[in-house]
Amino acid sequence: MREINVSVVTDNIKELCIKANHFLSPDMTCALNSACEAEESELGKMVLGSLKENLDIAASDMIPICQDTGMAVVFMNVGQEVHFVGGNLEDAINEGVRRGYVDGFLRKSVVSDPIERVNTKDNTPAVIHYNIVPGDSVEITLAPKGFGSENMSKVYMLKPADGIEGVKNAVLSAVKDAGPNACPPMVIGVGIGGTFEKCALLAKKALTRPAGEHSEIPYVKALEEELLRRINKTGIGPGGLGGTQTAFAVNVLTYPTHIAGLPVAVNICCHVNRHVSVTI
Amino acid sequence: MEKKISLPLTEEIISDLKAGDYVYLTGTIYTARDAAHKRIDEALNNGVELPVDIKGQTIYYMGPSPAREGRPIGSAGPTTASRMDKYAPRLLDLGLKGMIGKGRRSEAVKEAIVRNGAVYFAAVGGAGALLSKAIVSSEVVAYDDLGTEAIRKLEVVNFPVIVVIDKDGNNLYDIAQVQFNRE
Repeated sequence: MREINVSVVTDNIKELCIKANHFLSPDMTCALNSACEAEESELGKMVLGSLKENLDIAASDMIPICQDTGMAVVFMNVGQEVHFVGGNLEDAINEGVRRGYVDGFLRKSVVSDPIERVNTKDNTPAVIHYNIVPGDSVEITLAPKGFGSENMSKVYMLKPADGIEGVKNAVLSAVKDAGPNACPPMVIGVGIGGTFEKCALLAKKALTRPAGEHSEIPYVKALEEELLRRINKTGIGPGGLGGTQTAFAVNVLTYPTHIAGLPVAVNICCHVNRHVSVTI
Repeated sequence: MEKKISLPLTEEIISDLKAGDYVYLTGTIYTARDAAHKRIDEALNNGVELPVDIKGQTIYYMGPSPAREGRPIGSAGPTTASRMDKYAPRLLDLGLKGMIGKGRRSEAVKEAIVRNGAVYFAAVGGAGALLSKAIVSSEVVAYDDLGTEAIRKLEVVNFPVIVVIDKDGNNLYDIAQVQFNRE
């Protein structure tokens, strides 16, 4: 049994909040650079050029890449040999978010109730997903999610007879509906299978997989490649202003499902697709 | 086509703007997003005077991140405009001339733009750090309790936007997307 003080979690979460909102992850930088070279539209090139300039300013002046610094989504992969001490883990995670957003000059975008809508003024609470895994370490992935793209995400409860063509149509339909609203070039996280909530979680998790990496399942990899190709033929382009670079990546995760169902979730993310990880 | 414009928008300026024009704005704009629009709408319902006279003005759909010391504002890019579609036609009928945001608008907003000779601009979504550099001052003028959603008066210099819906109802999103569609 390894003891970890929850204050270590707080400190790490704080740093991750600030890092994710000011610096693009290496995979996303690579994706942006490739898109700059491949884009055919003049206006599209100009938008991508602005995004690169924006990243330079964000990093050098410590101004968040986007004013929507997101709702903090935290994936906690906790080794089952770990024993947390020094307080409540959930409180420690939220304290990290609080410090990150307050000390890091990040926007407070969370309201305490979906209907009454009073701002909590410190961006808490986070949305936390716990996963118990073998081992004695803790892996934290923070993915602050902006709602321009989150609002364009969808869950479809398809029928088994809809098959893979049904999945393709669902993804393409969600992407076309999102269009310019989701700050393209987008990253598309897709969850297929499981239950209603499981496919949504898979789609969210898929967004944290580095852009450019593919599924190890051959048909899923082929699906990712085909969807990316077809999305980039829609013409939506950077900023939705027309072009050939509408998405950077399509990441698909699958899970076993019920004989009667084919759940599909499409979690759309903007061109920043913030995700950072640390292992304690 | 690239154009430089001094605000406020006039009929003459607007009649010269076409969907697809790249425009640099200089002058005063006001921020308002979801919560401020809801309050403005309630004020109008209750016959209460608005905190800002919107006649002839331009609203930027934006809620900034906090400013670091010595800076006028934090990151300051556009939010999705369609969430304000419920309120925009009423404001356009009251004399609002310009809107800056990102993303598609409803048919009702497009009709109100045409009816009133107004314009909808897009700023580059997710370029809040870059756009903040074109904002030289920021002052909360109403609804301070809404935090980032308060109404702010901004002075901008060469603030870069693109005309998406012009006064004739031409929509750049439709035009541009068709041009590159290869399905």
